[in-house]
Amino acid sequence: MVVSATPERAAPERRRRSEAQIEARARALRLWITAGPGLVWIVMFLILPSVVLLAIGFFSIGNYGNPRLPLTLEPLREVAGFSILGWSPGNLEVIFRSLLQALSAAALTILLSYPLVFFITTRRPATRPLLLLLVILPSWTNQVVRTYAWFELLGPRSGLAHAAQFLGLIPPHLGLLPGVFAMQIGLTYNYLPYMVVPLYAAAEKLDWNLVEAGRDLYASGAKLFWATVFPQTVPGLLAGLILVAVPAFGDYVVPTLLGGGKSMMIGSLIAAQFLQTPNWPYGAALTLFMLVFTAAGLIVFRVMSRRLGGDGGEAML
Amino acid sequence: MNDQAIHVVAGKANSAQRGGIELQEITRIFAGGVAAVDGVSLSIRPGEFFTLLGPSGCGKTTLLRMIAGFETPDHGDILISGLAMQGIPPHRRAVNTVFQSYALFPHLTVAENIGFGLRMRGIARQERERRVGKIMDLLQIGSFAKRNPVQLSGGQRQRVALARALVNEPEVVLLDEPLSALDAKLRAELQIELLRMQKRLGMTFVFVTHDQHEALVMSDRIAVMNKGKLLQVGPVLDVYERPGNVFVAEFLGLSNIWPVVPKSHGAVETSIGVLVVTAPIDNARNIMIRPEKIWIYATSDAPRDRPNMFAGIVREAIYMGASTQYRIELEANQFLLAFDTNNAAAERSWQPGETVIAELKPENLMPIEG
Repeated sequence: MVVSATPERAAPERRRRSEAQIEARARALRLWITAGPGLVWIVMFLILPSVVLLAIGFFSIGNYGNPRLPLTLEPLREVAGFSILGWSPGNLEVIFRSLLQALSAAALTILLSYPLVFFITTRRPATRPLLLLLVILPSWTNQVVRTYAWFELLGPRSGLAHAAQFLGLIPPHLGLLPGVFAMQIGLTYNYLPYMVVPLYAAAEKLDWNLVEAGRDLYASGAKLFWATVFPQTVPGLLAGLILVAVPAFGDYVVPTLLGGGKSMMIGSLIAAQFLQTPNWPYGAALTLFMLVFTAAGLIVFRVMSRRLGGDGGEAML
Repeated sequence: MNDQAIHVVAGKANSAQRGGIELQEITRIFAGGVAAVDGVSLSIRPGEFFTLLGPSGCGKTTLLRMIAGFETPDHGDILISGLAMQGIPPHRRAVNTVFQSYALFPHLTVAENIGFGLRMRGIARQERERRVGKIMDLLQIGSFAKRNPVQLSGGQRQRVALARALVNEPEVVLLDEPLSALDAKLRAELQIELLRMQKRLGMTFVFVTHDQHEALVMSDRIAVMNKGKLLQVGPVLDVYERPGNVFVAEFLGLSNIWPVVPKSHGAVETSIGVLVVTAPIDNARNIMIRPEKIWIYATSDAPRDRPNMFAGIVREAIYMGASTQYRIELEANQFLLAFDTNNAAAERSWQPGETVIAELKPENLMPIEG
């Protein structure tokens, strides 16, 4: 087509463009007005406090554990394990232990979730939301209360402890806590719903035609599951993995109540710097490290799941 | 890989029954007591292109799913290659299905999809790749072997689904409306390709469709079903030309049907008048004539001294390219549907309002018993 820029044609063209500009500005304004309150909230109560907290990590320690000038890298060095007594692997151990506990709890929730989700999705449609609600319901109560319940359930005078004592698994008069065992129970119990829900979302829209195609093409039993069902649940699985492993890594309530001193995790280590023997700069530096460590972990996770052909569970989150 | 090979129940390679299917009094009742399939008996011959035709909900897909093993008949037996299939799960039947939705595995490439069945049967990688390559060449899909199903067009997916079934060299291939999601042109192409593939490989194809045209184009024999019951089985030509009942006649193409009262020998009384019929009419309850078998003349050109000549006024003329479809009003408010081949100069076609003479030749009138 030949474009002729005659004045008669250019004028309405220009008018149309300015109308489009006004329209675009109005749209931008509407966007800011609707998103505004949320943005203000996020900046004031998430970003600013986080920046302040992380900044504290670069201050010196005052007489009462409070931050004071001058600025220093001492707290970060301390995170890396250096102190006046020289280098110690204590912090590395805490981080490694936290990671291991979080991943093992995530693995346990996966193992428990698959049969559970299979059970729920194969019920009648009317029953499913009810069963799902039963899984989610406990997580609406306070985590401290729930974890304290386990504290009692695993304590020396509980039925479970008596049974374990009787079987000779633990010495008499001792409880099943504190320790790794109790902590794993606590973490798995607390975070199970966060694995069940995304996995259920994936399982509910499972394409059963693919399962039939698998059966038609000579697959059965475990082979059928791995070839046709499992790949369809991977997005839910990845989403659940993030929802469980990340908060479990930094959990404070479970290690404090069920873990005991020998199995210190990073969450309780940080809490101690603010509540027990105050050392705000060190606590802030630990928080900064944990943030960076988690972010790095998530990036690695995303790259790996992309390579596996998934979307890193983004659609599910 | 599991080293325990799957034992597929298959007929002997040289058996005359290999690829044949016997359905004996098959009944399948769904929850609620509705018989999806009701006492169907039929035998499908080895190497035949057999079509189950009927409207949606007639039970044709349920019947196909019972042959595949996804559903179990409540009564009756299914034999494939002469072997009873009772209690044999789908993964042990020498049958492969092309699903309506294709059901390609989205997390696998085209080549992996096609090789899936061979892998599950424990065929070694080299042999698998050879066979997958061969079938991809045959269906001309080798160029996108490495792609994922989501990157393919509908027609390409259809080919992959077909290859995924054929590569296993099953005795029977089951096809559940495999072309229904494609546009008309591609569909026509694939119909021919599918037919060519079946004749070349010599496998038994059981094809499910609700499209009577598709059934006519492709099948050696068809079975027409309605409401779970088998109405008629036979070669395409027989079923079209000599339908056993009104439903079959109306489902397979357009038709003019009138209830009859047998009058004297060789003639019947209908609502349009007395018709002379060549075929035996003793048991006839209806009489049918296909629109393309009606001859139309101008009033002045109509041959005289011939039976079954009816004067009428053209009420509707729908030009369809190769032919024109006319709705002709006869006396007493009776209508006649007729096709006229557009094989002459355009001015010969009839216009609405024109008076014409329609000839219903005695040999073209088909008595229907049901």
